[in-house]
Amino acid sequence: MNETYSAFAGFAQTWGLIYFMIMFGIVLAYVMWPKNRKKFDDAAQIPFRED
Amino acid sequence: MSAWKKHEVFEKNSFVLLVGILVAVSIGGLVEIAPLFYLKSTIEKTEGMRPYTPLELAGRDIYIREGCYLCHSQMVRPMRDELERYGHYSLAAESMYDHPFQWGSKRTGPDLARVGGKYSDDWHVEHLIDPRSLVPASIMPGYPFLAENRLETRDIKASLSVNSFIGVPYTDAQIENAVSDVLGQAMPDSDAAYDFEERWPTATVRDFDGNPREVTEMDALVAYLQVLGTMVDFSIYDDAANSR
Amino acid sequence: MVVPSLAPCMDSNNWGAEMAQKKTGLVSLEEGGFAIFLVLLAFVCIIIAGKTFDQVMAFHAGLGALFAAVSVFMIFKNYFDDGGEPIPAEINGKPNYNIGPIKFGAVAAMFWGVAGFLVGLIIALQLAWPALNFDLPWTNFGRLRPLHTSAVIFAFGGNVLLATSMYVVQRTCRVRMPGKILPWFVILGYNAFIVIAGTGYLLGATQSKEYAEPEWYADLWLTVVWVLYLLLFLGTLWKRKEPHIYVANWFYLAFIVTIALLHVTNNLTIPVSIYSTKSYIVWAGVQDAMVQWWYGHNAVGFFLTAGFLAIMYYFIPKRAERPVYSYRLSIVHFWALIFIYIWAGPHHLHYTALPQWASTLGATFSIILWMPSWGGMINGLMTLSGAWDKLRTDPVLRMMVVSVAFYGMSTFEGPLMSLRSVNSLSHYTDWTIGHVHSGALGWVGYISFGALYCLIPWLWNKKSLYSLKLVNWHFWLSTLGIVLYITAMWVSGIMQGLMWRAYDNLGFLEYSFVETVEAMHPFYIIRALGGALFVLGSLIMAYNLWMTVRHGEAEEADTTPAGSLAPAE
Repeated sequence: MNETYSAFAGFAQTWGLIYFMIMFGIVLAYVMWPKNRKKFDDAAQIPFRED
Repeated sequence: MSAWKKHEVFEKNSFVLLVGILVAVSIGGLVEIAPLFYLKSTIEKTEGMRPYTPLELAGRDIYIREGCYLCHSQMVRPMRDELERYGHYSLAAESMYDHPFQWGSKRTGPDLARVGGKYSDDWHVEHLIDPRSLVPASIMPGYPFLAENRLETRDIKASLSVNSFIGVPYTDAQIENAVSDVLGQAMPDSDAAYDFEERWPTATVRDFDGNPREVTEMDALVAYLQVLGTMVDFSIYDDAANSR
Repeated sequence: MVVPSLAPCMDSNNWGAEMAQKKTGLVSLEEGGFAIFLVLLAFVCIIIAGKTFDQVMAFHAGLGALFAAVSVFMIFKNYFDDGGEPIPAEINGKPNYNIGPIKFGAVAAMFWGVAGFLVGLIIALQLAWPALNFDLPWTNFGRLRPLHTSAVIFAFGGNVLLATSMYVVQRTCRVRMPGKILPWFVILGYNAFIVIAGTGYLLGATQSKEYAEPEWYADLWLTVVWVLYLLLFLGTLWKRKEPHIYVANWFYLAFIVTIALLHVTNNLTIPVSIYSTKSYIVWAGVQDAMVQWWYGHNAVGFFLTAGFLAIMYYFIPKRAERPVYSYRLSIVHFWALIFIYIWAGPHHLHYTALPQWASTLGATFSIILWMPSWGGMINGLMTLSGAWDKLRTDPVLRMMVVSVAFYGMSTFEGPLMSLRSVNSLSHYTDWTIGHVHSGALGWVGYISFGALYCLIPWLWNKKSLYSLKLVNWHFWLSTLGIVLYITAMWVSGIMQGLMWRAYDNLGFLEYSFVETVEAMHPFYIIRALGGALFVLGSLIMAYNLWMTVRHGEAEEADTTPAGSLAPAE
């Protein structure tokens, strides 16, 4: 164990974790946002829309 | 609202989606791989590691060519049964000149990280020619053709110099005399053998395949097997100082 | 040529058409560019073949020259046949989809699939009866195993991915993919890579990195093909008529981009000379191990998972005739999967000389990976909600749904095996082999079979498959095969792991290594039997698809008959 490693591990275990949670939160909020529902329902129909 | 508009950019714009993917997949690789190059603790301090001699390197290339790594690992894990069965657990330092590494992922046959010196040359030659003559229940294929193929030395000098270019500490003399050293290591009593010992004081000179007439692929492979795991001097290795 | 790099960076809809209009009898930039490139390639190959002393290199360079020369001939023959007429992007206002290369990819997938499964069976038999190695260089287990893994992953799986991605991206963008030569170059170039890699293994050209064995020149060639594949895929997205990019295309894009990144990093080799097949990788020892398993695990994550999830997101809804269960979940699935998967590699190196922080980090992410994997599985399975009865009547849909179930099973087992304590037992044993095959045979195999059973009638404009009964036979035979395979490997793997660490009353190791090998024998026979059933199933499938193409009933009154377009290619 050297200092670089401890500093690195400390960083990953705090900021890394927060970063992950925020990213996940953003994606989750985006897909659950009520206004977007119609768009996704529409996109899901794409495979059936071909000629 | 603007944040949600931003994600729409991913869905409607292939270029941005592409960059988003690249960013997402790059982080993990960078965080895991990059530190291994600059953390000093990655590779232990040891005494005795040296690059492979030209003959051993040629043997290693044959080991790779025949796919030995698919059934034999070269990585002893620090568990009681493995330490008793194979010897001291493998160190990162022991494969620091390995391009590529040969740790393997499967033990259909036993680990070979410390096979060097465990069996005689004769045993290896006979076992490679016909494994079941020595180990009746073995399921290893036989490699009789190795004893018949003369070792090709055309590219050996270039092999050493490529290895040197990517960080293996070969001396200029070792590279320059690679072809002669192949013969020297496998032909005791020759002039080449005398020169070889000058350049490679810690390597062994022997007629590995028991065939004095020529240097075969068998010579090279056995020379490689016999050096595996024997380089590091464990009598002065400090486990505690290198514990991670 | 429709030089993709000259195209506007982002989504323009008309550049393909613009370029097409400019062509009036002259060789197009695309045709000319590929012809010049291939002529140069042929010359380089001939020079190498002439100067090398390495027989394998001479063979491969000769093969390369032959392939390149034939391709140039085909480009010009094609040009004179159609008078340089551009192919219309639309006919009667409907997209004129390019299906020639897709047909080739589908047939190639079936061919390589059967070949790869067969080699797998052979090496399984070699482990049970070692005399079958015949002690010749070209028939030894060590050379045949990479042939098996590459044939099933890259030849079979790769062709399935290429063919389906070309199909799906055109359909969901409702536009013809760009280029006349480009799509053919991608599919044929990829298969040329397969031939070079496969024959190389048999002749002893390998760099020994698992699932990345091809030597430097094959790697270089694949890089060229892969970059053009990326441009082909992006080019189709750029031309699209549909504003939204359907989620299957996201997965395909992630697969293509990430594989490019992995392939280049893990194959940074320096050849001994350009006349030699041999090369040495720039990475050494522990760093090389890390790079290799970062590659190896993400080859599973992005080639065998992301790519085939794209198939799931298109073919299951199509076959079930209902939209995906939750499109929102598919977006979360996508980002979570690609973000987390990339970290999981080091769990292959527990208890090795890799620093423990790295392998622990890998294992942690492997556990988190449970969530997106199961999210995706639920999304695939629940697409069937309200139509479960179709599982009884449609064996193709059943095959795809069972494949998703296998995906769930192996993505449950994987994180479990990444735990240090479990891994200490399972690593180096057949348990790993069993785990890989539950994913490979169950998930990748079945979703590919399902996709091909859908695709072949669509491509050849047939109403339906020749025989659903044969699909049923295929399904049950191979399912029995998989079950035999993975249960045999569970038992043998766990048993061998326990035997290695067993001690007798006096405190000595109870078994010598070879005693543990002997104990594996019955399970190797059962495994080979399972493999044989799987091969048999694939032969039935090949026959069924062949009969579909030959004798299937044509779909009537289709406005874009396949037959009228194919010869133009």
